[in-house]
Amino acid sequence: MYVIPLAEKLNPLLPHPIEIVLSIVVFGLLYFLAKKYVLPNFEKTFAERTSAIEGGLKAAETKQAEADAKLAELEQRLSDARHEAAKIREEAREQGARIVSEMREQAQEESTRIVEHGKAQIESERQQAVTSLRAEVGTLATSLAGRIVGETLEDDDRAARVVDRFLADLELHNEATDAGSSATGSS
Amino acid sequence: MSLTTMLLAPSESYTPPGPGDFNLPPVGPDHTFTFLGQEMYLGVTKPMLMIVLSAVLVFVFFRAAAAKREMVPGKLQYVGELGYGFVRNQLGRDIIGSKDFMRFVPFLFALFFFVLLNNLFATIPFLQFPTFSRAGLVYGLVLISWLVYNIAGIKAQGGLFAYLKHQTVPPGVHGPMLALLIPLEFFSNILVRPLTLALRLFANMLAGHILLILFALGGEYLLVHGEGLVKPVGIVAWLMFIVIAFLELLVQALQAYVFTLLSALYISGAIAEEH
Repeated sequence: MYVIPLAEKLNPLLPHPIEIVLSIVVFGLLYFLAKKYVLPNFEKTFAERTSAIEGGLKAAETKQAEADAKLAELEQRLSDARHEAAKIREEAREQGARIVSEMREQAQEESTRIVEHGKAQIESERQQAVTSLRAEVGTLATSLAGRIVGETLEDDDRAARVVDRFLADLELHNEATDAGSSATGSS
Repeated sequence: MSLTTMLLAPSESYTPPGPGDFNLPPVGPDHTFTFLGQEMYLGVTKPMLMIVLSAVLVFVFFRAAAAKREMVPGKLQYVGELGYGFVRNQLGRDIIGSKDFMRFVPFLFALFFFVLLNNLFATIPFLQFPTFSRAGLVYGLVLISWLVYNIAGIKAQGGLFAYLKHQTVPPGVHGPMLALLIPLEFFSNILVRPLTLALRLFANMLAGHILLILFALGGEYLLVHGEGLVKPVGIVAWLMFIVIAFLELLVQALQAYVFTLLSALYISGAIAEEH
């Protein structure tokens, strides 16, 4: 291989002409290739990324606003429901009180009615008993007296008169003892 | 002294590294030609292959990273987007302004990663050669940058004359001062900018790598040919080599950033509205 005997004469500032041309050509090629195949891709990616981020932010904002609105609506509904529940509870309480008082009244009436009815029945039965007793007592007493006196008291008219007089005497006597006892009771 | 003497005459004397170490012979058949009074190789050399490789790697990587276009990026896409986003926002939008920076983003993007990878090649094992220590490769890149900002300026200012006025006449200056300032501004804004841009990148890459060669070869020389206590100094030199290599990584990334940053600043200045 031939080596140039340059020695000290070599001046590094003097350019090699082929190198100048080569440098221009190679750099020029790199420039055009980069401009055509590399940079547009990077720029497109950057732009897409920027728009994607902006779009994402916008979407997030919309979602946030929607969520806020929904939350407010739900809170409104909840408070409405609470209000409603309180109202219903109040009404129920009033209604319950009313029902209880009504029931009480009704029961009172019923009991009064039953008592009245019982009293009336008792009274009528007593009347019945008094009437039947009066008739029976008369017959018995008459037949008893007839036997004792030995004289027939078959004549009804007379017998009836006697009985009535006796009973009237008896009632008078009773009233006198009643009055006497009430007078002693009061004194 | 150079590689030549080292190769041809493995003498006991130490040969410091120099620019000659960066003039690698071609890979294939070799011829030479003379350009600007200097004999040069005619053929495919390592830096030429590397610069092509760098462009291929940058394109393949970012093409793969950009191809998926997922909303939630994977690792590859994430790294690609991080790199692209850095150039787009830090170097493009923040410097040129949000109004018309998108027009220049492809240029800045290609420029930054092209320069960055070529610089990092100086550290990557087996490649280990800074492509931009070759002046020609830098000049080509700077020529493009110079054309981009001047043409953008001419378009933005509406004509060559308006653009030159924009670049050379400082606002608020009248009378004879203009006669002094216009040539100065022209010199600084139109002529010197490409030179400094080129030299900054080229010299940093060249000098950094010379430093590495110096520590590597010097350490070896001290270790092999040194006497007694001098031998351990060779080890120290190699440790220094490691430290300098990390420093170089920083410089490589920084130079790629600065190169792109200045290109963006020049564009920004050229298309700025008249103030």
